[in-house]
Amino acid sequence: MDVLDLTRLQFAVVTIYHYLFVPVSICLSATAAGFQLAWMRTGRDKYLHLTKFTGKLLIVTFAIGVVTGLVQEFQFGLGWSAFARFYGDVFGPTLAIEGMLAFFLEATFLALWYFGWDRLPRRIHAATIVIVAVGTLLSAYIILAANSFMQNPVAYALDESTGRAHLTSFTELLTNEVLLAAFPHTMGGAAMAGGGLLMAIGIWRVAADPAFRTLSRVGAWVMLIGGAVTAISGDHLGKVMTAVQPMKMAAAEALYETTTAAPFSVFAIGELGHDRPFFSIEVPGLLSFLGTGSFGGTVQGIDDLQAAYVAQYGPGSYVPMIPVAFWTFRLMMGAGVLAMILAAYHLWSLPDARWGRFALTRRLPRLLQPAQGTPRWLRRFVLLGPVLPAAANTFGWIFTETARQPWLAFGISTVADGVSPGLTRAEVIVSLIGFTLIYGLLAVAWYRLVVHLSRKPLAPAPEAVADAEPVPAY
Amino acid sequence: MITSWFAVLVLAWVLYFVLEGFDFGVGILAPVLGRDEHERGAAIRTVGPFWDGNEVWLVAAVGVTFAAFPAWYAALMSALYLPMVAILLLLAIRGVALEFRGKHDSATWRRRCDLLLAASSGGIVLLWGAVLGVFVDGLALGADGEVTGTGLSRSLGPLFTPAAGLGALAAVGAAILLGATFLALRTTGPVRRRARDVARHTGTFGAVALLLIGIGTGSRLTLAAAAIVFIAGLQARRSREATSFAAVATAVAATVVAVFTTHGDVVLRSTLDPAWSLTRASAAAGPEALRLITVAGVIILPGVLIYQAWSYWVFRRRIASDRVPS
Ligand code: HDD
Ligand code: HEM
Ligand code: HEM
Repeated sequence: MDVLDLTRLQFAVVTIYHYLFVPVSICLSATAAGFQLAWMRTGRDKYLHLTKFTGKLLIVTFAIGVVTGLVQEFQFGLGWSAFARFYGDVFGPTLAIEGMLAFFLEATFLALWYFGWDRLPRRIHAATIVIVAVGTLLSAYIILAANSFMQNPVAYALDESTGRAHLTSFTELLTNEVLLAAFPHTMGGAAMAGGGLLMAIGIWRVAADPAFRTLSRVGAWVMLIGGAVTAISGDHLGKVMTAVQPMKMAAAEALYETTTAAPFSVFAIGELGHDRPFFSIEVPGLLSFLGTGSFGGTVQGIDDLQAAYVAQYGPGSYVPMIPVAFWTFRLMMGAGVLAMILAAYHLWSLPDARWGRFALTRRLPRLLQPAQGTPRWLRRFVLLGPVLPAAANTFGWIFTETARQPWLAFGISTVADGVSPGLTRAEVIVSLIGFTLIYGLLAVAWYRLVVHLSRKPLAPAPEAVADAEPVPAY
Repeated sequence: MITSWFAVLVLAWVLYFVLEGFDFGVGILAPVLGRDEHERGAAIRTVGPFWDGNEVWLVAAVGVTFAAFPAWYAALMSALYLPMVAILLLLAIRGVALEFRGKHDSATWRRRCDLLLAASSGGIVLLWGAVLGVFVDGLALGADGEVTGTGLSRSLGPLFTPAAGLGALAAVGAAILLGATFLALRTTGPVRRRARDVARHTGTFGAVALLLIGIGTGSRLTLAAAAIVFIAGLQARRSREATSFAAVATAVAATVVAVFTTHGDVVLRSTLDPAWSLTRASAAAGPEALRLITVAGVIILPGVLIYQAWSYWVFRRRIASDRVPS
């Protein structure tokens, strides 16, 4: 691999890793706020214990989000300095404002919340976790604005004298149509990731404390609602993408010829080349519907688009890696749907579900009767709860980013133009190995800690020795 | 406009080095000053609520550098690729060790976290010091603003220069002094006593070292820093802990300002040809971007300073390093 490919691989590894933890933080901060508000309203200990438990998971996950996010902030200069020079005016302010507006808020108020249980008045204390949750949404929105710029560049002008892109309107950058579609989609995905983790822990630990049943139920609902949001917004995102990057959506279906009433293949065996694969399960008209909103719509094929791009941008290949696009798109949706089924089944099998009483009194057929308690097989596969949404998120990003190739910012500059010109292979290899090793260790430590925290009793035992009487330092 | 953004940028870096500086110092000193697990825990808990907020000053400093001077950000990061990667990896280990330490009830786990915390804090301080030293010296920038060189030595080479070595040593001294005065201010019991002793001794030593450097380079800011550090040592002896911490913080701030302004208008000096150096004007972003971050900075940053100050007020109580049965 040359410097360019290594740098791409390094960027992908580091960014995907960041995005395994960030969605969980986004979801857990909102859930912790929800539990705390529920506790303040009802006064029930159960909610207090769940608030503190979710808070510990949040702190542990957030720490990884913070240290890996810091790396992200440096990435654009480390590996992509040509890109940073060219787009500095667009990217720099976005990252700076994100840091000033969102990260300070999150970091400071999360500490105030976590350490402030007995130092702050109750209402102010509850407000701090709400602020953290709002902060995570803000930071997600602003960073997605930067990413959406690369998918669909808006609000810029090319400066002929310096050869750099100039920002023309921040408001326009923040209302990019891709951003408006991608934000609900990623936030739905975040809800699924956090909900899946809570549901899994709840199912696994239910014997230890009845509050874990509440946890698993809340987790499953969060996951289901998040799933509905991702599905609805994903449909919209697909239409926006068909309009702004038709090549990406054609690649997602390996559709070479422009087709009317194009089918969507759920699964395919065989090469995704010009010849149709020798086996595929297709839903007629679905691709046209996903892309245009009508089952009879026309979807442009890869060959026509390639010809059009050559005419517009000059000679070269504008076709991304078709099998990667095809499969990551399906794996994203598949993993998401499977996760939703898991959540729905779990809710269904909860013994005291209201639905159960309803089903019994109405004498519904056997199939519709809820199972009595979480079945063994579900407990055995409980790890799928957090893993499936994380996989869906990862596949979604790999699809988004690789199917934009060869463009870095669509239509303006290519990935090869963006890499740091002076960078050497040895440097990138060393950093790739370093990040992989250290990040691997962090993941192991995170997993062990989450297991350990879940095993501890929810209600804490009183301490035998206390700190000496504290005095103010100033 | 460019000058005022340069000022904001220096401010962000100063706040970062002062605030994270004491976290690093506490990380290095905790295993030395804490004789048992409880004392070490007490030392580390003094930074528990603050380290993350402090680290965001790095995000802000890098963000502002990127926003206001994209060419500078690009040149610095790609020229110092491996040192920066090493700093980031060590920061990752450090943040996680700090946050994970108290979440597991096992003595081995805590001991490991303490060790990782001390080692990573020390490593980061050495590297930041070396990077600042290199920064004063300049880099082998070519005409395109990229540093030239081959293999690993391209970005590692600059670390093995006298300037880098001096910077690394000075940074370790500063971090220990910051950490010791902070611990003395924020704890009670044995950790406070020992921290005071460390502050006294390193204070005298640091003042002498700074004095020599100041005389050698003729930098007035360094001479001033020497005087302030000397005062800090004196105040620590008289257990005026707040003054002593403030004095050290001022000295560190002055040094960072000195580093960023050594070459006047030149923000990154090319050692190959002065014409290839980056200046404030040539590295700056366009007027629209500068206006945007000015507005954002004027509105957002004062709020940040207020709520961060509030959090230091909320957690103003000293951490006890001795325990009593209840
Ligand atoms: C749990 C996570 C999850 C689930 C269940 C889905 N997605 Fe997704 N998808 C993401 C998580 C995600 C993501 C990680 O959040 C991405 C990557 C970039 C982005 O904006 O969102 C994404 C990207 C993404 C894109 C590309 C956008 C771009 O290039 O900017 C499209 C067209 C869809 N999704 C469409 C769908 C559809 C039709 C789904 C049907 C159920 C779906 N997604 C489920
Ligand atoms: C929202 C902020 C993001 C920005 C600004 C961003 C920017 C970039 C840049 C500059 C590159 C390198 C150029 C390229 O190879 O196309 C890239 C590639 C990539 N990014 Fe993103 N990215 C973002 C989010 C993500 C996330 C969250 C993920 C995954 C979880 C991701 C996955 C990837 C992958 C897999 C590549 C490599 C693609 C390839 O080289 O073929 N990105 N992105
Ligand atoms: C490649 C571009 C990215 C950059 C430069 C970046 C930068 C950062 C930084 C510096 C932090 C640490 C903040 C702190 O110290 O508190 C962070 C955390 C965070 N990031 Fe990223 N990030 C990127 C990708 C993403 C994406 C794609 C999302 C979401 C859609 C995201 C959402 C968040 C959130 C919500 C946090 C705070 C929660 C946490 O730390 O776990 N980031 N990011």
